Amino acid sequence: MTLHADPVAAESYNFAYLDEQTKRMIRRAILKAVAVPGYQVPFASREMPMPYGWGTGGVQVTAACLTPDDRLKVIDQGADDTTNAVSIRKFFQRTAGVAVTEATAEATVIQTRHRIPETPLTSGQILVYQVPIPEPLRFLEPRETETRKMHELEEYGLIHVKLYEDIARHGTIATSYAYPVKVEGRYVMDPSPIPKFDNPKLSGSPALQLFGAGREQRIYALPPFSHVVSLDFDDHPFEATKAPHDCDLCGADDSYLDEVITDDQGSRMFVCSDTDFCRTRQAEGQLGVLGAPVLKGGV
Amino acid sequence: MGAVDLSIWAKVNAAKPLLAVRGLSKNYGSRIGCADVSFDLFPGEVLGIVGESGSGKSTLLSCLAGHLKPDTGAVLFETAAGLRDTLTMAEAERRRMARSDWAFVHQNPRDGLRMGVSAGGNVGERLMAIGARHYGDIRAAAVDWLGRVEIAADRIDDRPRAFSGGMQQRLQIARNLVTGPRLVFMDEPTGGLDVSVQARLLDLLRGLVREMGLSAIIVTHDLAVVRLLADRLMVMKGGHVIEQGLTDQVLDDPQHAYTQLLVSSVLQV
Repeated sequence: MTLHADPVAAESYNFAYLDEQTKRMIRRAILKAVAVPGYQVPFASREMPMPYGWGTGGVQVTAACLTPDDRLKVIDQGADDTTNAVSIRKFFQRTAGVAVTEATAEATVIQTRHRIPETPLTSGQILVYQVPIPEPLRFLEPRETETRKMHELEEYGLIHVKLYEDIARHGTIATSYAYPVKVEGRYVMDPSPIPKFDNPKLSGSPALQLFGAGREQRIYALPPFSHVVSLDFDDHPFEATKAPHDCDLCGADDSYLDEVITDDQGSRMFVCSDTDFCRTRQAEGQLGVLGAPVLKGGV
Repeated sequence: MGAVDLSIWAKVNAAKPLLAVRGLSKNYGSRIGCADVSFDLFPGEVLGIVGESGSGKSTLLSCLAGHLKPDTGAVLFETAAGLRDTLTMAEAERRRMARSDWAFVHQNPRDGLRMGVSAGGNVGERLMAIGARHYGDIRAAAVDWLGRVEIAADRIDDRPRAFSGGMQQRLQIARNLVTGPRLVFMDEPTGGLDVSVQARLLDLLRGLVREMGLSAIIVTHDLAVVRLLADRLMVMKGGHVIEQGLTDQVLDDPQHAYTQLLVSSVLQV
């Protein structure tokens, strides 16, 4: 239906790779997911030209959401320049011909693997998560029939057993990613493997957040301004953790950091996992301990 | 047979029954699972169900506990709102009741425990399922209950895999009783345990049942178990209840030919 300006793309692929009927099916699932926040909607996931685990669910959701006017950003663990992000971005450049960007604020659709950008999202943006295992109860209760029943009847005692086990073994809630949340006081949801540092950003976000799990064939969503609570115990409250350092490149003390080993002697540096955020700050002249000499040397 | 006048019990025990079963039947196709079972269970009473393999004991228990859906009949349970038929209740409500007011002790502790979760987590699960959200309190309750079932407190963070069969069974009992249920279903709780461990487990069960004023329904083929634990006894054969009465009365003066056979079959050491 929607034809693209590029004649080659128009001949070889339908806009954004998927055929219109498939997109329609996915959009119906997305609408349902938005109507019931946190509920996992089954959908007929398609084979995509990439392996499972590389974001087939996220790609399908993105394909169903894209319009020719969109500006796409793809990140993998916060970075714009890693394999997964680069290949998905190229995929949509070729099959949809949409504009791409690395700047969070300029993007209209952001597909992400395991991070929420540091720059606050704004109204009108869509954040698409790649989800490996959508079921938060999976490793506690292996039966799908039973987990569905538990969601249906709101029987969520088991999810606290997982947190209990954490405290019993490690003294604190050691779950540091894919930290379970409760959405609008109803469904317990796996926020995909984002670090728990990002959990507070799930709640009250003005952007639409969509979650696609290709292999597991599930789509779920957080409509804008959803109330999302990270589960915890009264005497062991939820805590968003990060490495206790500042970014060595841009000096930010409030962003999620990657630890990078720099030689065989155990030297390491901490850098923002969100490359766009870090680069923007450096461009503004905010430099960290290691950032300054590197840049000066380059000049 | 089977037409035992239940009104006697109603007169003996003036209290209202905790559980009233009426005309319960379950068929597997053309085969009978259990047929036309009726009885009352009063608060604090322990009912034993005995019979040979395939006599419908476990089918009956599963129907009562809501694991199986019976074809006909009613299972009335005393709730805050009076006697309620658990079979017509919404599933959410029935499962909520199964978590708080009922408990089910499986024959094989592996069926009733989460083998990948520590002992403390196993005991705490039911508490968390009914809304406990304070780690310290949950932990304290778990320690308390492990003590009651004679498991050392320093085993609290061990997985059930690391426990012996008897300990697993005791852990399963602790896990079930921690929420203070009013009715416990037990399916051959001592099956698969050696005799000395059985004896200790029975001792423990008897103590807990008396101390907490629990009502219990115990399915077993071990007459010694019912002799020790049960106030009242139901004998089943071919899906039908063929005899019921006080435990000592049934065991010492069996009326039905099958019960006589059953009682005389027990080896005297």
